Order: sequence, then structure tokens, then C-alpha cells
Amino acid sequence: MPMAEQQPKFGAGDRVRVRCLNVKGHNRTPWFIRGKVGTVERCHGAYPNPESLAYGGSGEPAMPLYLVEFSQRQLWEGYEGREGDKLLADVFEHWLEPA
Amino acid sequence: MPGVHDRGGWPTDDPIDQEEHPVMDWEVRMSALLGALRGKGLMRTDEMRRGIESIDPSRYESIGYYARWAESVESILAEKGIFTREEIDGKMGELSGGAG
Amino acid sequence: MSESHGHEHPGMAHDEELGYYARRVRAMEAVLVEKGIVSGEEVERLVAEGEARTPADGARIVARAWTDPGFKNRLLADAKAAVAEMGYSESESLPDVVVAENTDGVHHLVVCTLCSCYPTWLLGRPPDWYKSLTYRSRAVIDPRGVMGEFGLELEEGVVVKVLDSTADVRYLVLPQRPAGTEGWSEVELARLVTRDSMVGVSRPLTPETVVG
Repeated sequence: MPMAEQQPKFGAGDRVRVRCLNVKGHNRTPWFIRGKVGTVERCHGAYPNPESLAYGGSGEPAMPLYLVEFSQRQLWEGYEGREGDKLLADVFEHWLEPA
Repeated sequence: MPGVHDRGGWPTDDPIDQEEHPVMDWEVRMSALLGALRGKGLMRTDEMRRGIESIDPSRYESIGYYARWAESVESILAEKGIFTREEIDGKMGELSGGAG
Repeated sequence: MSESHGHEHPGMAHDEELGYYARRVRAMEAVLVEKGIVSGEEVERLVAEGEARTPADGARIVARAWTDPGFKNRLLADAKAAVAEMGYSESESLPDVVVAENTDGVHHLVVCTLCSCYPTWLLGRPPDWYKSLTYRSRAVIDPRGVMGEFGLELEEGVVVKVLDSTADVRYLVLPQRPAGTEGWSEVELARLVTRDSMVGVSRPLTPETVVG
């Protein structure tokens, strides 16, 4: 039986903010992008939820996973690279809200 | 506060140590053992990651990559009741005893 | 926030710990074999499979992309499907891969800040520095400084895009084909493609370095 999956809410080009969820356990959202605004570069498709898989759960529903692009200058105060430098990270949909 | 594993942007001025060490036999075994456990569905990637993230922070920072794997596999398999830590202690003593 | 105290030895713990973990892993394997959960042969087979993975796999793929524009487009659109064409038929069960193409205007650098995710099935085991706490910290906040330590200075105007492999996807950099390689075969080109150039900390070798 195919795994239940959530349909993607966002598409390439959408502005999104990474939520500051109070998830105590295992998750895949690095601290340094929380609360930051970025742009969806692409949706990779849906993947089983790691926050469930890590504790023996089924991972259902599979969650859309997005490659999100952030401006380095907005992530780091005093970033020393160039204006156009970017950081891209994969973020699960429940960690994102429209911005 | 980020967990000890969540390293992005942590303050450090240390240069990257580019020296490469040959992989050791036990690290190769560790890696293969993990592959076998994964293949049987006994050790998922995110369970493995959770086990690594649960290592005491100062220990996490002082041990190597494959040692973290060993810690995680042991704790997750013990949690699942596949073996007990005492069984591993016992076997370790037995193997060391055998080797003199 | 605490700092890394500079006593980290990536892939290599202190001697006593090293002995401890070597024995611990042996004991775990022995117990799992006794319980019939894994077999020694199975572990041996996986050891051999692990050893067979090297950056030569990634290099073949890059060289094909350099010589075959159709393949390159398929690789960028769906890397697993494209490499399956090259005989990596088992790729179905392996982690998804996205290939990021370097151009005159964009240079990519790959890191995994949360653990050490790496496209192992295309590049073999990750190098010690990739797994180090310093690389995992600095590659995102100071990518140009990190690349500089590896001897890579980018041309004026090139934008750096850092890829943090935080979840289920592994990233492989498609470096730019070196100048002076017109007419080279795939096999010849693959010799120029280094592991580090597919992670993004360096460029491929130049023709001068391999001729002769």
C-alpha cells in the first residue's frame, strides 16, 4: 500500500519563513535557518517524516521536502562574502509558513 | 540553543584539518554492520541520527565519526531490546580474555 | 555557546577510545551473529561493497556530462535516473541525489551541518575533513574562507551557493570542464575529476597536471 503523503503547498519562487517549532526531539531543521525568510528553489517530492521515523513511527504522512534558498547576508550578521551569496537547505513543509 | 550536532555557524576560527587518515578495520566493520542492520529495517537513518544526537555533548565532541556510530547503534539496538548493554560488556570481556 | 576545543580528531579517537570502540564493535557484531540477526558473510559482503565505492564513480558521471549534453540535461533533471543509464541499476534503493552545476557565475559547495551526509554511493567514504566539526560549522558561515584554505579563489563576480544536505537528498557538484580539453575522451576527462571538485572545495585538475 502506498504511503499516505501530503500534497505540496508551496512551489518554486514562493517566499517562505522557517518556523521556530518547539520540537524537542530529532528533527532536520538546522538552528541557523529558523525564523529566516527564503525562497523555494524546488520541491523534491514527499519523504517520510524523520521526526516520526526516528522514534519507530511510520513516517506517515510523507511530507513535501523543499530546497529553500536564503541570502547569506540575511543569515549571518557581518557575512564577509559577496552580496549574492546563497545558502540552500532542505526543509520539510511543516517547518515552513508563507512569508 | 542548538543541539551539539547542529554545528552550522558555530563560532570557531580553527582552520580545517585537511589531513586524511586511512580508514581503520573496525570503522569498515562498523560501517558494514550498519549497512546490514539497515537492510533488515533494524536501524533507520533517522534512528541512527537520533542515537548520535543523544550522545553526551562533551563526548560527542571528543570522539570520532565512527565512534559516534558505534555509540548510536549500541544505544538504539539496546532500546529495541535486540541486545542488552550487559551482553555486549560480557562479549567484550570474553573476546579480550581470549586474546590474552 | 561552547566551542570546539581543538581536540577533535575526525575519524580517529584517542588511542584508548580507539581500542575501546574497536573491541566494542567486534563484540556487537559477535552478539548479533550469535543471535542470528546478521551473518558474518553478510558483513563481509558489505565490507567489500563499501570498499568498491570510490570517487571514480562520480568522476565517470561528470566526464559523461561534459561530453554528452543530453546526458547532462537528464542528470540535472533526475540524477538517479540518469546514472541508472550508466549501469548503476541498484540506485533505486540508494539515497536521492541532486547534481548542482557550476557555471561562470555560480560555484557550489556541499556540506552537512547536522551530521555528515555525503553522496557515498558516488564518491565513496567521505574524507575526514568533511566530517570535522570545523568544516560543518564554517562551510555555511564562511564558505569563501574555507575554499581559500583548500587553495580555491573564485573569479570576481562568481556567486557562492552552499548546499546544506539536511534531509533525504545528497548533493554532488558538477564542476566546470577545464579549458584545453577539447576533443578529450570521457576516460581521459574522468582523470581530471577529483573528489574535492565534486564537493566544491576545489576545481578539477588541469590538463598540464595529468599529461605525461
